[in-house]
Amino acid sequence: MSAPILVIDGLSAVSQRDGTPILRRVSLTLHRGETRGLVGESGAGKSTIGKAILHILPSAVRVTAGQILFEDRDLLTMPSAPLRRLIGERIALIPQDPMTALNPGRRIEAQLTDGLRLIRGASARTARARALSLLEEVHIREPERVLRAYPHELSGGMRQRVLIAAAFALEPALIIADEPTTALDVTVQKQILRLLRNMQNAHGTAVLFVTHDLGVVAQVCDSVTLLFGGKVIEEGPVAQVLEAPRHAYARALLDACPRSDHPELGLRPIPAELIARLRREVATP
Amino acid sequence: MVEGALTQRTDVSATRRRWDWIGVCVADPKVAVGGGFILCLCLVALAAPLIAPHDPLEQDIMLGLTPPPGFAGAEPGHWLGTDDLGRDVLSRVLYGSRVALTVAFAASALAAVIGSTLGLAAGWRRGWVDAAISRLVEIWMAFPPVLLSILLVAVVGPGVGSVIAAIAIIDWTRFCRVVRAETMNQASADYVTAARAVGFAPGRILMREIFPNVAPVLIALISLEMGIAVIVEAILSFVGLSVSSDTPTWGGMIAEGRQALHEGWWILAAPLTLLLLTVLAFNLLGEGLRRALDPVMRR
Repeated sequence: MSAPILVIDGLSAVSQRDGTPILRRVSLTLHRGETRGLVGESGAGKSTIGKAILHILPSAVRVTAGQILFEDRDLLTMPSAPLRRLIGERIALIPQDPMTALNPGRRIEAQLTDGLRLIRGASARTARARALSLLEEVHIREPERVLRAYPHELSGGMRQRVLIAAAFALEPALIIADEPTTALDVTVQKQILRLLRNMQNAHGTAVLFVTHDLGVVAQVCDSVTLLFGGKVIEEGPVAQVLEAPRHAYARALLDACPRSDHPELGLRPIPAELIARLRREVATP
Repeated sequence: MVEGALTQRTDVSATRRRWDWIGVCVADPKVAVGGGFILCLCLVALAAPLIAPHDPLEQDIMLGLTPPPGFAGAEPGHWLGTDDLGRDVLSRVLYGSRVALTVAFAASALAAVIGSTLGLAAGWRRGWVDAAISRLVEIWMAFPPVLLSILLVAVVGPGVGSVIAAIAIIDWTRFCRVVRAETMNQASADYVTAARAVGFAPGRILMREIFPNVAPVLIALISLEMGIAVIVEAILSFVGLSVSSDTPTWGGMIAEGRQALHEGWWILAAPLTLLLLTVLAFNLLGEGLRRALDPVMRR
């Protein structure tokens, strides 16, 4: 495989308030064009990793150790002006909730061309032309009309398409997709995932896909990192992790997925003793 | 054919959309009624010298306390009667609207500027800035407002300027609290995170992304504040702490009318009715604008 684009090495973070560890020496490597699923339950630290890369961590979270090497530069030690520029130009975010991720008071055109105008210094005309071709690329009908629209005039699926278009606007090397489909219904979700996958293949972008949905991981990811309590507990190619999980928690998590091909299995919750054992395990260094 | 017709329709609506918000606002009955009344009142205040039938200060002791037309002893030409000094009540009410509206617009604008600046700062910076501003607001609001304004005007001296300053100094807290809460609310939305990830400067995010979404609430609040300012001005005029007594004001007229209540109820009734209608109109306008300007509720 090609050279890694993102190397996270021993990343640790704690809560400012009470010093609770949020990330415990997380390491992961992402290659060009690769889609990595970042999976874990709520509070496992998956979104925190994405936010740490983008430097938008809430002030209550503090990184205590580790490195985030993006294109061989450490994002944690870079001075802030070139850092902001590098992140703005090379890394994009697809936010979680398309309902609040677009500013309700600004037209789609303005929001889609923000990055082009701020970072590339594009003129209004070139930015507009680029915005139109982006909207066509994400299969939006009547792109001219959508450019003039306000977010509330679009459906959830349309907004998520607009957000995907915005993420690809500057041809970034890495996209952080923070549960981009959890707020959508299942049929729209499938279209959006296929779209994201196609866009990514066309542009050769690496994607860090934060999700708690193993079905989504099976659909779009090449590899997967499984987190529990801020610690990586299993990692590997999707086929290997989903079909032959090594860790007991990974097996339990897979078993907990409802299976339409085996309805007799019903819903099997993750055993409480396993969770308790894991909590003890991650807490001891 | 059908498709062509549909495209055409959307194109027309798109070119119109730039001005749509005005249509949306005016279509709201509350905005239409409240705003219409305020607009009429503004025109009346501007044109008072032209439309007032008499000089509001002209006294005619011989024609004192004549009732409006339709009552025994009415004098032609005095549509709302005269007061105990023989001054025309209608002319005085019309001139009184000038002071009322000047104070309403200036005081709420000033209070809005002070309050929303501090509110934006508190809601955006959080931390110690928020703590300091919020405590200040709480301490400020513990003062009884009318007493504080009387005290302020008494110290600074009467006059339109000090009435405006007194209202702004008391009521900025209202704006500060609402703008702070709305700023915090908007700042937690994903679009702000997205703007940060693109790399926009914090000042730009605050003014270009967040503030326009706080503005609808602010505009509605300004309208409500204008109603409050009209009342406070009337209270200060009533106790004689507003403008000098040779300028007609609604509050001053109510005070004068109170003394002659048993001889001429109309001296009191005219300014009181107009005061009531004006405050009602400002409140209707504010309520209507809040609904019409809200981008989420906008159709």
